[in-house]
Amino acid sequence: MKQIIFLILGLLSFSAYADLKVFATVPEWGALAKEIGGKHVDVFTATGGLQDPHHVEAKPSLIARARNADLIVATGAELEIGWLPVVVRDSGNSRVQPGQSGYFEAATSVRMLEVPTRLDRADGDVHAGGNPHVQTDPRNFLRIGESLSVRLAQLDSANAAEYQSNFKSFAERWKAAIGKWEAAAAPLRGIHVVTQHKAFPYLYDWLGLVEVGTLEPKPGVEPSVSYLGQLMTELEAKKPRMVIRAAWNSPRPAAWFAEHAHIPVAVLPFTVGGDDQSKDLIGLFDDTVNLLVRAAK
Amino acid sequence: MKPFHTNVIAALFGTSLFVPSLSQAEIDPDLKALREEIAQMKQAYEQRINALELRLVQAEAKAAAGPATAQQAIVQQTQPAATQSNSFNPEVSMILAGSYNNLKQDPNAYQITGFIPTQGDVGPGTRGFSLGESELTLSANVDPDWRGVAIASLAPSGGVVMENAYFQRIGLGNGLSFKGGRFFSGIGYMNEQHAHAWDFADAPLVYKAFLGNQIADDGLQLKWLAPTDTYLEFGAEAGRGRSFPGADNNKNGVSQVALFAHLGDDVGVSNAWRIGLSLLSSAPNNRGYQDANSSGTTVSNSFSGKSRLWIADGIWKWAPDGNSTVTNFKLQGEYFRRREDGRLASESVDCGGTCADSFDSNQDGWYLQGVYQFMPHWRFGLRHDGLGYGTVNIGLVNSGVLTAADFPVLAAHDPKRDTAMLDYSPSEFTRFRLQWAHDNSGVGAADKQVFLQYLFNLGAHGAHQF
Repeated sequence: MKQIIFLILGLLSFSAYADLKVFATVPEWGALAKEIGGKHVDVFTATGGLQDPHHVEAKPSLIARARNADLIVATGAELEIGWLPVVVRDSGNSRVQPGQSGYFEAATSVRMLEVPTRLDRADGDVHAGGNPHVQTDPRNFLRIGESLSVRLAQLDSANAAEYQSNFKSFAERWKAAIGKWEAAAAPLRGIHVVTQHKAFPYLYDWLGLVEVGTLEPKPGVEPSVSYLGQLMTELEAKKPRMVIRAAWNSPRPAAWFAEHAHIPVAVLPFTVGGDDQSKDLIGLFDDTVNLLVRAAK
Repeated sequence: MKPFHTNVIAALFGTSLFVPSLSQAEIDPDLKALREEIAQMKQAYEQRINALELRLVQAEAKAAAGPATAQQAIVQQTQPAATQSNSFNPEVSMILAGSYNNLKQDPNAYQITGFIPTQGDVGPGTRGFSLGESELTLSANVDPDWRGVAIASLAPSGGVVMENAYFQRIGLGNGLSFKGGRFFSGIGYMNEQHAHAWDFADAPLVYKAFLGNQIADDGLQLKWLAPTDTYLEFGAEAGRGRSFPGADNNKNGVSQVALFAHLGDDVGVSNAWRIGLSLLSSAPNNRGYQDANSSGTTVSNSFSGKSRLWIADGIWKWAPDGNSTVTNFKLQGEYFRRREDGRLASESVDCGGTCADSFDSNQDGWYLQGVYQFMPHWRFGLRHDGLGYGTVNIGLVNSGVLTAADFPVLAAHDPKRDTAMLDYSPSEFTRFRLQWAHDNSGVGAADKQVFLQYLFNLGAHGAHQF
């Protein structure tokens, strides 16, 4: 009997004690929450680095974690629209409902790009709030990190000073790193690139890359071979230097285009865990810049 | 603007502070300090005004530059509200469904032999082109505590059926959630899903035979999610039992109760699973169905008594690295067992127009299906259905009042069906499906069914359940 009880307790293992339980929808916010929360947060990340953030399922494990969370850190701008509302509703957790202090959206702290002036599904999978992939510009982490540190302090006032100082130390390291990345990426300014899915406007805005075309005819719509061929002819004059795709994109369209246009493919990690080098936030941008510079050579 | 402000400030300070100190000769140190302070304040104000003016100029310049960035505007969001799935309130969406059906057997003669008919529309549909049910959904947060959902099903022949209409208490806390109105019961795995989210064009035989496709009672539901990292949920429902396996009893109180428990978790990043156990208990009174007696005339029969249905369900989903966009696989199965105990009445002329005796049955069924997405947008699936006749004791037959031939629908038969499907979803909002089935639901020749189905989702992007 005793063994059975232990077995059940083990199966239902309550997670280790921490001041705040944070539920991050994507790895980048999980990593940022760890930087700022330090030892006072227990971070659960809902998705992996190789997962298409648009297509996540409201898995039982996610509902169970949201049930006990003190704070949900989401991207917002409709990125998680296909699963997070179900998870939050089914969690039976009053603290993390939208509108409560336990619900945080990163996109509200930054300047949004590609906000559509018309909303029509004929334009593909568009997001009313603008392009949600804000984490590809490291400068956004400073703004989001600041808002997050304020929110953490609000939820856990006993450790407010620590969240503040953690953010300060992160911001210092981060600013230095941005300087380093910008210097390394200087040769990339102005070069023409083709993107598979419109996932990098913030990265291009930061480094000055020029997107001359996208392989997807509309966001979220898989291109056909005939479309790719036509696109290649159209883009010939623009002389794109590389094709860029995120690690979670289907590999075929970029591979086809690269092979036929004789240009390299840069498979960018997109988030923490997107490839072996992107173990943390610094690694993510070290690797992104490195891959771009290498492909541009 | 700047001179005006400075003057006003100077004048204000001038009147209140300088006036009493007209005598120049005796400038005491206090006054001197005060003057310095005022000078500092003046300077500070001027700096702030300058900064404000600079910001104004920048804002004007930004506003002027705005229209130049055409289609894709860049906006500065200072404090926007949390984004909603639709800027309209409430969210509106509509499902358009239809199919072309090629059915070897007459669909009007469809029956699941051996099982008391559910009175639900469980047949394979109409031959040729036909419009399916169009589903109109409205949902919104009512206020910070409540959410309302209404789903109306518009039948192709005309008429509207209220499929779901319920309120939900959001954020009750402590893992509790509460629902009331008409809603799909949480029993089993597929019952809570809407038909357009199913992986095949029709429901498994167990759902057709034991629930009349799907059960949506009028009542209340309370769910509790355990505070554990493993998903463990318990639910209870109380309802009127308005449809099969219940019957509208014209009775106060609760006529149908459902209980369920779900357990689920992940295995690594690539696998997720959920298993469940449910019980649906009803006490139907005069639950009628039509049959034909031995001479072929239609007879009305009815059952009164207790009906208990147990369901064990399981689902396993696999997606490499958790990324379901390119390839993924889903294995799903459910086992149903039902026991009914009570009286069966017949209006057959062979027993003088009314007779009744004991009735009990113990029957089961199951299905297992696998759906594989082998490349983006394309999926292939197989399903096997089986029902077990088990034991059926008809008192009227045992006592010799009527014969087994007077209950042809309850003739001993183990229905079976095999189904294959291929579907293509060019976007999240569109699906085309080709389905083929070899159906032995009834005694006699098997039906060969081909369905070519379309599903379109207009409007708000609904989030799907696991």
